[in-house]
Amino acid sequence: MTAVSMTVNGQIVSADIDPRTLLVQFLREQLRLTGTHVGCDTSQCGCCVVHVNGDALKSCTTLALTCDGAQIVTIEGLATGDVLHPMQAAFRENHGLQCGFCTPGMIMTAVELVRRKGANLDEHTIREELEGNLCRCTGYHNIVKAIAAGAQAMGAAAE
Amino acid sequence: MYEFAYHRPGSVSEAVSLAGDHADGKLLAGGQTLLPTMKQRLAGPSDLIDLSRIDDLRGISVKDGVVTIKALTRHVTVATSPEVKAAIPALAALAGMIGDPAVRNKGTIGGSVANNDPAADYPSACLALGATITTNKRAIKADDFFQGMFETALEEGEIITSISFPVADKANYQKFRNPASRYALVGVFVAKVGAHVRVAVTGAGSRGVFRVADFEAALEASFTPAALDGLAVPASGLNSDIHADAEYRAHLITVMAKRAVAAAA
Ligand SMILES: Cc1cc2nc3c(=O)[nH]c(=O)nc-3n(C[C@H](O)[C@H](O)[C@H](O)COP(=O)(O)OP(=O)(O)OC[C@H]3O[C@@H](n4cnc5c(N)ncnc54)[C@H](O)[C@@H]3O)c2cc1C
Ligand code: FES
Ligand code: FES
Repeated sequence: MTAVSMTVNGQIVSADIDPRTLLVQFLREQLRLTGTHVGCDTSQCGCCVVHVNGDALKSCTTLALTCDGAQIVTIEGLATGDVLHPMQAAFRENHGLQCGFCTPGMIMTAVELVRRKGANLDEHTIREELEGNLCRCTGYHNIVKAIAAGAQAMGAAAE
Repeated sequence: MYEFAYHRPGSVSEAVSLAGDHADGKLLAGGQTLLPTMKQRLAGPSDLIDLSRIDDLRGISVKDGVVTIKALTRHVTVATSPEVKAAIPALAALAGMIGDPAVRNKGTIGGSVANNDPAADYPSACLALGATITTNKRAIKADDFFQGMFETALEEGEIITSISFPVADKANYQKFRNPASRYALVGVFVAKVGAHVRVAVTGAGSRGVFRVADFEAALEASFTPAALDGLAVPASGLNSDIHADAEYRAHLITVMAKRAVAAAA
């Protein structure tokens, strides 16, 4: 067992873990933050995307120990109290989900996308950037719409 | 995953000595190849030596017509680097085509080059641009470095520290993606320096990345897509799988090479 400590959604957490523990296992099984999903466990689907020091990463393909000292944000950390993050609100407004399994990863990917590329995103850019996020339900149309709207809302909120 | 002991060295010399102490250990960079392999139990290193805290291994510099990228530099950093975009735009574009944004946020150039996946993108840039791979021990020319599928000149415990790319007069990379994995089904990197042209192909060869002497000679005579008319790499020795058979890959090599020349010229 090896000691690890990181900040998750603003709270410092420490634990002794098996070195094999993946970040997603640490989040779901130790911290009970089950909003981060495991869709494929083979690095393809993006359901497990969280932010590590601001970067969107696949938490099924990251060791928890590598994140020692890091700042982690999961889907649970986006809303402010009862107020949804603008990207979460946009997914609800635009019917950007059906079963919802892919949604946490979609939203975490989208929020980082806006930070990297700004609030004015065309459809082509959004579709290209969703390369690593698979959805088995929606056919993507409403996800793309939701991200475009969420990006605008994030831009407006930042002003 | 099989059990392993975890180490997080703070310097290259510490990493080298850990690698020397643990002959069955492996270096961990971005983990975007190694961790999936370990999860499938296709690899079971006794020790993992996590390079992620070695800040000395990160960074990009351009000097005397050479772009030097340190081993732990992530794909996203290369793709968005103003220095790389100005000096070798084709290299920045290639980095931006690797995998998806989350993979590019974590995967590193050193890990990609050390791994030498037959469908990886960076090996083609190394070979076509005549890059030098520098390790903790020596400098290795790309022509000597890539030795077959997943095979390189690296010795046990040898650590890539940086990769240096001479700036080309003209360069372009064209990637025909596997529609599912988005790895290169065929990728062709063309580079022209003075009168010399180098053409490197990834994704297609059963022994990994390779150069095409016929194409290079034809393009040195005339750097135009038409110079490649009628030329083709023989299908024997190319990969055949459910995604594309060897003949299709052979056909794609000429098509992608022409597109690269057209885009570079
Ligand atoms: C979904 C997905 C899609 C991908 N698509 C593409 C693609 O389209 N094109 C492409 O080229 N790649 C692709 N990749 C692979 C990706 O580029 C990896 O980042 C890269 O192959 C390995 O880099 P890494 O830093 O993650 O290395 P790791 O996985 O950490 O290591 C890979 C190997 O290199 C060794 N190694 C690492 N660093 C060094 C070093 N400095 N010196 C010596 N040895 C070292 C390790 O010991 C290990 O054997 C994809 C990966 C995923 C998960
Ligand atoms: S569960 Fe991590 S990418 Fe699918
Ligand atoms: S909404 Fe069901 S997988 Fe995307």
